[in-house]
Amino acid sequence: MPEVDLLQAVNMALTKAMETDDRVIVLGEDVGVDGGVFRATNGLIERFGAERVRDTPLSEAGITGLSVGLAAQDFRPVLEIQFMGFIYPAIDQIINHASRLRNRTRGRLTCPMVLRAPFGGGIHAPEHHSESTEAMFAHIPGLRVVIPSSPKRAYGLLLAAIENPDPVVFLEPKRIYHVQKENVEDDGKALPLDRCFVLREGSDITLITWGAMIVETLAGADQLAEDGVSAEVIDVATLTPLDTDTIFSSVEKTGRCVIVHEAARTGGFGGEIAARLAEDGLLSLLAPVKRVTGYDTVIPMPRLEHHYMPSLDRILTAAREVLEYS
Amino acid sequence: MTDHRSLHNLEIGFTGILGADGKPIGELPEFASNHKQLIALYRAMVLTRRLDEQAVALQRTGRLGTYASSLGQEAVGVGVAAAMNNNDVLLPSFREQGAQLVRGVTMVEILRYWGGDERGSCFEGPKEDFPAAIPVGSQFPHATGVALAMKLRNEARAAVVVGGDGSTSKGDFYEALNLAGVWQLPVVFVISNNQWAISVSRKKQTAAKTLAQKALAVGIAGEQVDGNDVIAVRFVVERALERARAGQGPSLIEALTYRLSDHTTADDATRYRPDEEVSARWKKEPVSRLRTYLTDLGAWTGKDEETLLNESTVQVEEAVTAYLATPLPQAGEMFDHLFESLPSDLENQRKQVEELSREKTDA
Repeated sequence: MPEVDLLQAVNMALTKAMETDDRVIVLGEDVGVDGGVFRATNGLIERFGAERVRDTPLSEAGITGLSVGLAAQDFRPVLEIQFMGFIYPAIDQIINHASRLRNRTRGRLTCPMVLRAPFGGGIHAPEHHSESTEAMFAHIPGLRVVIPSSPKRAYGLLLAAIENPDPVVFLEPKRIYHVQKENVEDDGKALPLDRCFVLREGSDITLITWGAMIVETLAGADQLAEDGVSAEVIDVATLTPLDTDTIFSSVEKTGRCVIVHEAARTGGFGGEIAARLAEDGLLSLLAPVKRVTGYDTVIPMPRLEHHYMPSLDRILTAAREVLEYS
Repeated sequence: MTDHRSLHNLEIGFTGILGADGKPIGELPEFASNHKQLIALYRAMVLTRRLDEQAVALQRTGRLGTYASSLGQEAVGVGVAAAMNNNDVLLPSFREQGAQLVRGVTMVEILRYWGGDERGSCFEGPKEDFPAAIPVGSQFPHATGVALAMKLRNEARAAVVVGGDGSTSKGDFYEALNLAGVWQLPVVFVISNNQWAISVSRKKQTAAKTLAQKALAVGIAGEQVDGNDVIAVRFVVERALERARAGQGPSLIEALTYRLSDHTTADDATRYRPDEEVSARWKKEPVSRLRTYLTDLGAWTGKDEETLLNESTVQVEEAVTAYLATPLPQAGEMFDHLFESLPSDLENQRKQVEELSREKTDA
């Protein structure tokens, strides 16, 4: 069983999907000969050829629309957009077509495509390379937004996204592309979509997060354990459709909840989770739900970036505030 | 010193076969010697016009939503679709009911769609054809994807995508054209240049002398055709499709026509365009042009015309009756085709809308 990091797990899943299904076409800017700017598609063109691993012109809207056409013709395009900051020209195609083709034709045409993009800050990248705008996609009906946070989940969730008969935006937390190595069995087994993962069980407080913030959140749970606080950590993994069952049953148990995300606070997906808890889980709560998020600013360039990112200290402060309510 | 290099032949071909008076001005293609085929084109244009008239009337009486008539542009839609094989794929804009009818989309489906019912895009006929694209130009990239699928499967098929003059100012148009060129995809781009993008005239849309020349920038074939001459439209689209299916690459065809109607039933074109312009254009419209030609050939009589008009009226009336009798969709159906199967997170919302709609029905 190979020990791989999150990026290698993405590559493994792409390779496995291309092996098992001829309809899988990997395309995007620099995904072929160059193996992708992060090397997520490394080796694919050598193995599967330039027909199925396609270097495209620099054309985010065009290649997203092209993927809609390919998917409607029963192919399984897996499209890479190099950075989340360059995804916006593609949004017209995603919101107007990919996410609604099935609905607007009452199931006659469908759009089984995956749009992969690395997202998030913390790697000292240039301007426009560090955004976390997952909530924009989570607001689009008919679309799944999936974010892995470990090599195993990257492998299993990407396979699930490719197998899924509907469009998936698959956002890869690039800050943790190389942070953790795991033994990932290359067995082609998909993990379930539309499910949160309980990464750590606990009884005193629920910490909810996704993507790269898993690292600080798990560290927060470790610190809390030293104080004798048992924290449950939930990786949302599929933002939409949201698995509220897992979230509610955790908060029913703990009565306290902190939501951590890197994206800006206002309109962030943490607000949606907090609203669901306020609507349907209020009586389980012993304390207000707190959010630890990026600020409502443009994500700063590297000189100030570390001030923006939610830190372990901010997570601990929020958790301790929530724990003070009796 | 600037060194000038000749990079490309900047001539743009123009094909016209019938003049505005219905007299041939160009060499007739082979299919035109078969009068039955010409009559089929004529019948389709007449039916399209009848459907458009009736659809506008339905809208005016509150029985249809906003509707985009193709009055004056029937030769583009009908000519394009007549040039296609059944297994080609059409990706239309929102003014291509003529093409859709020829492709086998039913009038009832067209009326359902414009009547505000998604079921209208669930075609019984051309299963792979795309529904009308409302966001202007967004359909062009889809056509490159459909064409790539055909190419990957080594099929002798092609995609045909239709947009208006305004759509050529959009990035999607250029990006799709460029993709089609670089990958030599089996796709034909047809621009139905009706001279007006709502209130913005063709001249205000671009400084380019023709829209067809935009093909040259991406290294593909571009040409113009008289879009009010259905014989010419069918001829050039057929020729481009043969090239596409034979692996000889994509084409851009600019069909010169004129929108005799308002943009849609929600528009009033008298606000921005002079009546004289419109009445001058009526003299070049496509239906009477072909009728004159057929009549001159002796292939069409006043009686034929009367019969056709009656038949078309009956056909449209039958479709209207069936459309008006369409049972309303159930409220919960808005959830049924979001995903292949409804995620549990949405089940409560579906239940809620169903219960509320039942209460309304009961009340």
